[in-house]
Amino acid sequence: MTGRSQAVSPLELSRQLSHSRREFLRTAAGMALGGVLLRSSAFARAGVPPSKRKIIVITFGGGARDQETFAPEGQENIPHLMKELLPQSAFFTRVVNRGILGHYVATASLATGVYETINNFASLPPEHPTVFEYFRKQLKRPPSDAWVVAPSNGFNRIGESSNRSFGPGLGARVILPKHLLTAAVSQGRTDYEQLLRDNYETPFYAPELGGTEFELQQLEEILKVSVDDFKSHARTLSSPDELSVYIVRQLMRQVAPSLLWITMHDIDIAHAGAYSLYIDGIRRTDRLCAELWKLIQTEPEYAGKTTLFILPDFGRDSDEDAGGNGFQHHRTGDPLSRTTWLLALGEGVRKGVVYDRPMDSTDLVPTVGAMMGFSTSLAQGKPISELA
Amino acid sequence: MLPRDLKPEQFSSYPPEARKLALHYLGALQSLPLSFLPSLLREAIDYDYKFPAERRALEKELANWAGLSEDQKKQWVQGFTQISLSAQLERQDWVNNPSFFVEQLSAHLWATHQLDAFRKAAMEYADRLHAAVPPEPPPMPRLGITVIGQGAATHDEPLFRKLRPRGGYFAHVKFENGLQQLLDAVATRAKAHPIPYGHWYIDGGQSAQHDPSLTCVSYQALDPTRAAILRKIRTEKDTPGMGPEALRTTLARMTPAELGMDKDGDPVLQRFEVKLLTEGSGTQVFSTTFAQWAAREALRRAQPCTLLVRFAPRRKPTNDLLAANQEHADLDPAGSLIDGDFGAYYNWLNQQRLPGADQSSFLVWYEDHGEAVAIGPGMPQGTESASAPDLQQLLSWLS
Repeated sequence: MTGRSQAVSPLELSRQLSHSRREFLRTAAGMALGGVLLRSSAFARAGVPPSKRKIIVITFGGGARDQETFAPEGQENIPHLMKELLPQSAFFTRVVNRGILGHYVATASLATGVYETINNFASLPPEHPTVFEYFRKQLKRPPSDAWVVAPSNGFNRIGESSNRSFGPGLGARVILPKHLLTAAVSQGRTDYEQLLRDNYETPFYAPELGGTEFELQQLEEILKVSVDDFKSHARTLSSPDELSVYIVRQLMRQVAPSLLWITMHDIDIAHAGAYSLYIDGIRRTDRLCAELWKLIQTEPEYAGKTTLFILPDFGRDSDEDAGGNGFQHHRTGDPLSRTTWLLALGEGVRKGVVYDRPMDSTDLVPTVGAMMGFSTSLAQGKPISELA
Repeated sequence: MLPRDLKPEQFSSYPPEARKLALHYLGALQSLPLSFLPSLLREAIDYDYKFPAERRALEKELANWAGLSEDQKKQWVQGFTQISLSAQLERQDWVNNPSFFVEQLSAHLWATHQLDAFRKAAMEYADRLHAAVPPEPPPMPRLGITVIGQGAATHDEPLFRKLRPRGGYFAHVKFENGLQQLLDAVATRAKAHPIPYGHWYIDGGQSAQHDPSLTCVSYQALDPTRAAILRKIRTEKDTPGMGPEALRTTLARMTPAELGMDKDGDPVLQRFEVKLLTEGSGTQVFSTTFAQWAAREALRRAQPCTLLVRFAPRRKPTNDLLAANQEHADLDPAGSLIDGDFGAYYNWLNQQRLPGADQSSFLVWYEDHGEAVAIGPGMPQGTESASAPDLQQLLSWLS
């Protein structure tokens, strides 16, 4: 490489990335191309009725690049996705995030189906109705049926929007496991240092809480975990996302919500600039996704009636863009940092198929709505026809 | 306020050389759009503390702009003039605080979905400038050297995977006295071509004995400065109204004197070091990040002919990022080797972004071990050698 890179349009770069993922998956993973199959909405509708269906969304965050995941040189970092989940999945190679590439605002956009423009670092609710509000209001579901498990204090408002027609009382309940652990271990925090790191984009800041986050006493009432057991188990874990998965496991067993949203965040340690820690984060997230899939299959409330979505909130900057510093950040807005993927598996999903048509990350909410039987009228995205 | 309203007295708080530069080109500055000008002023306001290569580039850019016809100017910044700004941005003191404006502009571009348009405008402008004012070739072919893996006894995965296809891989290098051979080689270049800030040695730990002709930055030498910055962060973050953006602005304004740096030190180098620690992400905490970022910034800003970067073990991650005393921090040599390996790739990439890339050479060596990759005009790409040269010989084969 010398001097300036050749000028290639963002659209072309995005297409090339999608093409390389598709070709790899066709040849190495033996997956079929979705374009040659019949439209699969009939397939999607053939299973569990919407009223019985459960949906779990995992954001593979925060921010993982293709070259460390699905590109040939990255596959060693995601052995569980590659060998266990992918063969059972429909894989969408070209999901473009056209919004702001900050983790809170991007996750809020995923949850509303609208590219939100709220301040990424402020404790603000999304401005548009969340998928949880559509779900609960239209299907008349109780608060216990929609939950968010989120990594950082900054995500505490993600459960419900400021939209006047929805908003307070209609959203998801939010658990911030680190906040919970902080409350549980008000003394002796050094034993849990590795679990309490809050936020990697502004590492010296833990945003103030201003929402209706899960209270400590409910740990025992709802999750059926004593504070002592919680502390004791936390001591065996090595990362905030592991703590989140521990909470998710309890939540699935004790509450079994129909709509569950889990935001992973360990990968975002990349902001500290240490490549080995970034890779560790990807490998851990890969393992945790597989653990959750196994849990879905073994929990009676979930087995056979759950659709799982896994998608990154966005990528990270390309090595080739001189305006960034490669994997460390997601500041340039270049095509590689915007082009990600979606893996869907479980109930109503055709296995082993690759779809490479372009879609928006805002398409997730309308798709969930169509699968569960509620409309998402204010969302910008469109239902993914191959799933909904 | 808009650029056309600029007046000489508004630059009164600029450092002397920066003020002189701004006043000399006042008319040219008045003709730039607001979506562009503060980015230029952000460079100009630091003119007194810039490296010679940066000064020359800025002077040439301004001279070029001043020499364009009105029609040409319209064409050059057409994309920028189409960016819609808010009244709030226009009201800011972008003359005296251009960095803050640029930060706010960035947020505005993201929120209003104008980032792609801004990127396009910036790339078009850069291409025109590149064509009109070609970057200066280096006075001698560049040489980059990166030393990784200090303290790491072994590795699980192959090293240099990103760089092997670019040059020759050597698995049997005679590594005795290797660091000294490399330091001697860069000192020889520095003495033969004594260029201000032209030959650098960056160490992620404690610097080894080196020739004074080298510009040296080391993580350990900056321990007191890092501690002072972390203390400042600890104090400021609990101040009412302080948020991430405000903290960044506060840190960006810190001076070497405020941080207790030597009053007799090199003011240009000290400003560079302070920026590494106040504007870099992770540089305050991890020595591997510091070494990589320092190399990137040295290449981007000073455009040295010679750059030796040595990575050292970083501490293991903990939650208490603000702990200034790391004497007893656990180190992670194995993880640091991986960091350094990828950092070496970035060092090479950043070197190749500079003029004269086709004549540049690069060497990466696993410290106190026999593995190295050599890249240069004299080295066939994607090869593996069974020979057993020492590092001095290896360097001699590169050009």
